[in-house]
Amino acid sequence: MVTDKVILELGKKAKLMRINILKMLTKAGSGHTGGSLSAVELLVSLYFYKMRHNPADPKWEERDKFVLSKGHAAPAFYSVLALSGYFPIEELMNLRKLGSILRGHPFSAVTPGVEVSTGSLGQGLSMAGGMAIAGKLDKKNTRVYAILGDGECQEGQIWESAMSCAHYKLDNLCVLIDRNGFQIDGPIMKIMEVEPFAQKWKAFGWEVFEVDGHNLREITDALDSAEKVRGRPSVIIAETIKGKGVSFIENENRFHGTTPTKEELEKALKEIGADE
Amino acid sequence: MSKESSLKKFYGTREAYGETLVKLGRINRDIVVLDADLSGSTKTSMFAKEFPDRFFNMGVAEQNLIGTAAGLAASGKTVFVSTFAVFLTGRAWEQVRQSVSFPKQNVKLVSSHGGITVGPDGASHQSTEDISLMRTLANMKVVIPADAYEVKKVVEYAANFKGPIYIRCSRDKFPVLFDEDYVFELGKGKILRDGKDATIFACGIMVSASLEAASVLEQEGIDVRVVNMSSLKPIDEDLIIRSADDTGAIITAEEHSIIGGLGSAVAEILGENRPTPMIRVGIKDRFGMSGSSEDLLREYGLTATNLVNSAKKVLEKKGERVKA
Repeated sequence: MVTDKVILELGKKAKLMRINILKMLTKAGSGHTGGSLSAVELLVSLYFYKMRHNPADPKWEERDKFVLSKGHAAPAFYSVLALSGYFPIEELMNLRKLGSILRGHPFSAVTPGVEVSTGSLGQGLSMAGGMAIAGKLDKKNTRVYAILGDGECQEGQIWESAMSCAHYKLDNLCVLIDRNGFQIDGPIMKIMEVEPFAQKWKAFGWEVFEVDGHNLREITDALDSAEKVRGRPSVIIAETIKGKGVSFIENENRFHGTTPTKEELEKALKEIGADE
Repeated sequence: MSKESSLKKFYGTREAYGETLVKLGRINRDIVVLDADLSGSTKTSMFAKEFPDRFFNMGVAEQNLIGTAAGLAASGKTVFVSTFAVFLTGRAWEQVRQSVSFPKQNVKLVSSHGGITVGPDGASHQSTEDISLMRTLANMKVVIPADAYEVKKVVEYAANFKGPIYIRCSRDKFPVLFDEDYVFELGKGKILRDGKDATIFACGIMVSASLEAASVLEQEGIDVRVVNMSSLKPIDEDLIIRSADDTGAIITAEEHSIIGGLGSAVAEILGENRPTPMIRVGIKDRFGMSGSSEDLLREYGLTATNLVNSAKKVLEKKGERVKA
């Protein structure tokens, strides 16, 4: 059981992450705001609670590994890496600039802490599966985590991988799905329904957990439970709100692929309580 | 068929691949092999038999095949991935691009059933675009070995080289050209027969056809250089330019579309450096079809006879040029 104090600390990290995400996106002038803000609590729970990792030694042999399959949430990923200490916080302000280590979508060759390259949707789960197989081959106790988008699950490759991860009994793999209900063209249920979602994963042989994706206690509990599952991979379907944390960005799909203006940033930071 | 060719020895490129994988697997514990339900055809089944723990059959799912390979490579494994050329390079092209080539993962794509000599299965299973598809990817190396012994050397090279590479094997057994002492060098063309009148740059099964054509041409007093251009990327730019200077006429020969393959690669170098009379022998903007390999090779002009005619044609072009 996670203590209240830990939950409180995680909450503070989540707030810092939102502030950084909004600032870096506004500075960059392009990028994905909504889907970055919806994944904050998932990333905080992984990097500051569950995962064994060492920011001073990103290639530490005994580390747990992470894949951001929904690569467009790179600002959230970079923000959690910077807060963890993989690179200086100031670097975030170079997002998407020529020569920066922070490209528009995660690129393993240039960013410390990024294991594989993503951005083209549907490919991260396969890579996470490969990493989990490698962990089994090397008889390591380490785990592999991946965050997927719900819209991303329209890709056929996700289900190819879902099948093979269960077939190879990858119980060292835990997937978190940022179920914010939107994709770039609109609500998922209107564009291409993915429901019955939990049933699909169950049918593919996965252990399924369903949580409130902004409730740190529910997420951390599910991560702990997933670690105890044997013989099959786990998926945590996290109900989230796209743009979570800023009233005028929440569920406003205009912010899928656009960034706040300077005025909107100020308003948003005030609402989050950036000065408090 | 000439007396000489009836005495030819044949040895399968995919068999050579399977044997080499097993050999490498014994030395290097980090080698893992993935296939997509065609391990019996690609011969990765030989590795699977000896090292079942390091072989992963991903079923009929090529996109996940490539992604899983990338994840294994990102974890320090040397990963060999095989299926038919058309599926490996076509079905999962964007996975190869995003997950393998872009981040330079240590993944070796080794196909079987390249070209039209797949035979009776027809166009759906033949691969006439794989060189083009792989050549255009940054960070990707491309090799089409000319015989089984070259396959062995290329596969050994690939296992010791860090990064992505595409190697094409075939369904049919190839005439043996080399032996165990053959030395493969990435980025180098090999002159197998020197000549002064024209140069044939060939890859894969067309190398032996080119040597056959050169013998016929010799009897007619035409002296042709034959180059094994197995390394398509990087390609031996110096040798292409030198051959243009030495012989003044170029023929390319490939079991692949002339759009984007060896012919294109050579034309790119010549166009920028030494515009030279040239003929591309290959598949001319058509799909394959069903038939025996022999019939198909004839249908598409992938024969020594057509190479002989093409050499004569390119010499005419060269002659016109000298006159002009």
